[in-house]
Amino acid sequence: MKPMRLSTFRALGAAALATALAAPAMAQQPAQNAATMDAVKSRGTLSCGVNTGLAGFAQPDSQGRWQGFDVEYCRALAVALFNDASKVRYVPTTAQNRFTALQSGEIDVLPRNTTATLSRDTSLGLDFPAINFYDGQGFMVKASLGVKSAKELDGATVCVQPGTTTEQNLTDWFRASNLKFTPVIIERLEELVSAYVAGRCDAYTTDVSGLAATRSAQPNPGEHVILPEVISKEPLGPSVRHGDQRWADLVRWTHNVLVAAEELGISSKNVDQAVANDQRPEAQRLLGKTGGLGQMLGVSDAWAVNVIKAVGNYGEIFEKHLTPLGIQRGPNAQWTQGGLQYSPPFR
Amino acid sequence: MSDTAADPRLLRAPPKRGIRLSWADERFRSIIWQILVVGVVVGIVWWLVRNTAHNLEVRRIATGWGFLSREAGLPVAESLIPYSPTDTYARALMVGVLNTLKIAVVGVVVATILGTMVGIARLSKNWLLSRIAAAYIEVVRDLPLLLQLLFWYAILQGLPAPRQALHPVEGVFLSNRGLKLPWIQWQDAHSFALLGLILGIVGAVFYARSARAKQMADGQPRKVWPVAAGLVLGLPVLIWAGLGAPWQGDIPALRGFNFQGGLTITPEYFALLIGLVMYTAAFIAEIVRAGILSVAKGQWEAAEALGLQRGRILRMIVLPQALRVIVPPMTSQYLNLTKNSSLAVAIGYQDIVSISNTTLNQTGQAIEGIAIIMVVYLTISLSISLFMNWYNARIALVER
Repeated sequence: MKPMRLSTFRALGAAALATALAAPAMAQQPAQNAATMDAVKSRGTLSCGVNTGLAGFAQPDSQGRWQGFDVEYCRALAVALFNDASKVRYVPTTAQNRFTALQSGEIDVLPRNTTATLSRDTSLGLDFPAINFYDGQGFMVKASLGVKSAKELDGATVCVQPGTTTEQNLTDWFRASNLKFTPVIIERLEELVSAYVAGRCDAYTTDVSGLAATRSAQPNPGEHVILPEVISKEPLGPSVRHGDQRWADLVRWTHNVLVAAEELGISSKNVDQAVANDQRPEAQRLLGKTGGLGQMLGVSDAWAVNVIKAVGNYGEIFEKHLTPLGIQRGPNAQWTQGGLQYSPPFR
Repeated sequence: MSDTAADPRLLRAPPKRGIRLSWADERFRSIIWQILVVGVVVGIVWWLVRNTAHNLEVRRIATGWGFLSREAGLPVAESLIPYSPTDTYARALMVGVLNTLKIAVVGVVVATILGTMVGIARLSKNWLLSRIAAAYIEVVRDLPLLLQLLFWYAILQGLPAPRQALHPVEGVFLSNRGLKLPWIQWQDAHSFALLGLILGIVGAVFYARSARAKQMADGQPRKVWPVAAGLVLGLPVLIWAGLGAPWQGDIPALRGFNFQGGLTITPEYFALLIGLVMYTAAFIAEIVRAGILSVAKGQWEAAEALGLQRGRILRMIVLPQALRVIVPPMTSQYLNLTKNSSLAVAIGYQDIVSISNTTLNQTGQAIEGIAIIMVVYLTISLSISLFMNWYNARIALVER
C-alpha cells in the first residue's frame, strides 16, 4: 500500500509540474504572435524557414554554410535587426511541413520559394508581404525522350511534390488540355528527383527556377530539357504569420531596400561612396541620412546601408545565385527594364 | 455434517463500515485521490482544447470539416475506386483509406505465410536451411524498416525503361513503371461470378461442418472435397456461363510513354509490400519458432511412436497447440505491419497518411487532418485486435 500511495503522489506532482511549465509557455504564444519583432530581438537570432536543399535558393555549401537566393533574405533580415548576418538559425522545411512550422511559431519568416495564393493568405493564416521572384511552372524531360512540347506528354508519368500548388496546377493543366497522366508523388525533393533521374517518371514538374536548379545539379545537365510551356503563375515570396503588421512591414521593406538599391544603382561595392557623396533625395532617404525611415520600422536608420553592404542589392543577389543556373531576369527585371520588380518610394 | 445446513458464518451479515470523513479512513482517502486524479486529467484536457481553439482563433486558421466537401484537385496514382482530381477531399481520403487497407490486408496474409515457413525452416534438421533462415531473420530484423523500403524502391527503379521492358511471357511486362499483367475487361457477369464464388465458399464451409457433425454421430468418415470443389468452382463458372460467358482480354501494350491496359502493380506498392512483408515475417518467424518449441518434446515422441510422419506431426499435433502461444504476439505484429505502412510516404505510395498530409497542407487544417489519420488507424487496429482476440478465445485450450 505504501509504495502505491507514493507513486500516486509522484504522478500528481509530475502532472502539476507539467501543467505549471506548459501554461506560461503556451499562454505567451498569442502575445509572441502580435510582436514577432520583439521576440526575435530578445532571442537574439532569427529563425528562418528555408528549403531542405534547392540549388540557387537554399542549400548548404561544402562548409555547411547555407547559400542561396532565399538565404540572402534571411541574412538581410538578420542584418536589419542585429547588423549581423550570422544571427540566423536556418530551419530546413519540406513542402508539407513549412506552413505548420510558421503557424506554430517555430520559424519567424518563411522565404522558401513559396507561392502566394488566396487560400494561403486567408485560411492558412499567413501573409505574403513581398513577392521576390516571379516564377511559373514548367516541365523537364530527358532529352533522349525527343519531346519538344508539353502537349506531347499525353499518357506520361509525371513526378511531383505533394502539398504544393504545383500538384494542383498539374492536374488543372492536364485536364484543360484533355491529356492523361500518371502521377508519382514523393515528398522529399531528393527522393523525387532521383525517381525522375532513374526513369520512374517521364517528366518532372515544378517551378521553372526549380527545374533549372535541379538540372544544373545533374552530372550532365545537357541530358535534360525544360519544355517551353509555362503553365502557371507562381509569385514566390517570404511569408509571415497573419496579424503582425510590424513584422510584415519589416519583411516587405527589407525586400524593397534590395530592389530600390538596384534601381538607384547602389550596390555592396559602392554603398560607402554613396553614403558619402550621393546627393539624390531618394538615395539619401534610403541610406538613412534623412527622413528617419528606419526608426518608423523599429530598426536603426542605418539598416538599409547595412543590408546592402552585407548582401548586396537585388540584382547582385540574383546574379550571384540564379544567373549561374541559367535563369534569366525575365519578369524579375527592374520595372525600368520592363520587368515586375518595383519598389514603392522610400519616403 | 449435514449438507443442507448452511455454514452459519455465511448467514451472518457483513459488518457495516460507514465512511468516516477522516484522513485516517482508507476508503475516504482513496475516493479523494480518485476525484483529484480525474479532476486533474479532465482539467488538462479541457485546458488543451481551449488553448488550441484560442490559438487557432488568434492565428486566423480555418477550422471545421467544411473542406471535406470541397474539390480536392490532388492527383492520386492508384485507387481501388474510381477517382479523379475533381472529386472531393472526402473521396480522396477514402481512396487513401482503401490504399492503406490494400497494403495492410495483403501484407498481413503474405507475412504470416512467409513468417511461418521461415520459422519452421529455422527449426529444420537441414543445417543449410536452418542457417539461411537464421541469417535472414538476424539481418532483416536488425535493419531499420525505412532503410529497407528505400532499398527495395531503389532496386525496382533500376529495372529497365518501358521500351526495354522485360517480357518473359506474352502480355507480361516488367519495367521501372511496375509489373503489367493481362486482365479481363470487367463486366457485370464477372461481378456475379465473384458473388457466386463467395457463396460457394460459405456453402462449402457449412457442408464440411455438417459432414463432420455426422461423422461425430456415426463414426463414418465422409468425403467432403467433391461437393466443396463443386460449390467453390462450379457455382461461379455456372453463373458466368449462364450470363453468356463474356471473355475479353485486356492485354497491356506499349503505347506512347507507357503501357496501356492490363493490371498494374506499381513499384511503390510492390516496394512497400516487399519491405513490410520481409521485415514483419522475420519477427513472425521467431514467434512461430517460440510457439513450436513451447510444445513439450513428449508430444513429438508420442506422435512418432504412433508412426506419424514429421510433417503430419507438425501440422496435426504441434501447430494446433503452438497456436495458443503464437496468436497473442502475432496480433502485435499485425498491428505493427499496419502502422508501419504509414512509411509509404517516403516512397510515394499514397496511403491515408500521404493523402491526409497533402489535404492538411492544402487546407491548412492540421488538427482535422491528424485527427482523420488517428481515427483511421485506431479503427483498423481495434478491428484487428477484436478479430484476433476472438480467434484467440476460439483456439484456447478447452478445459473440462
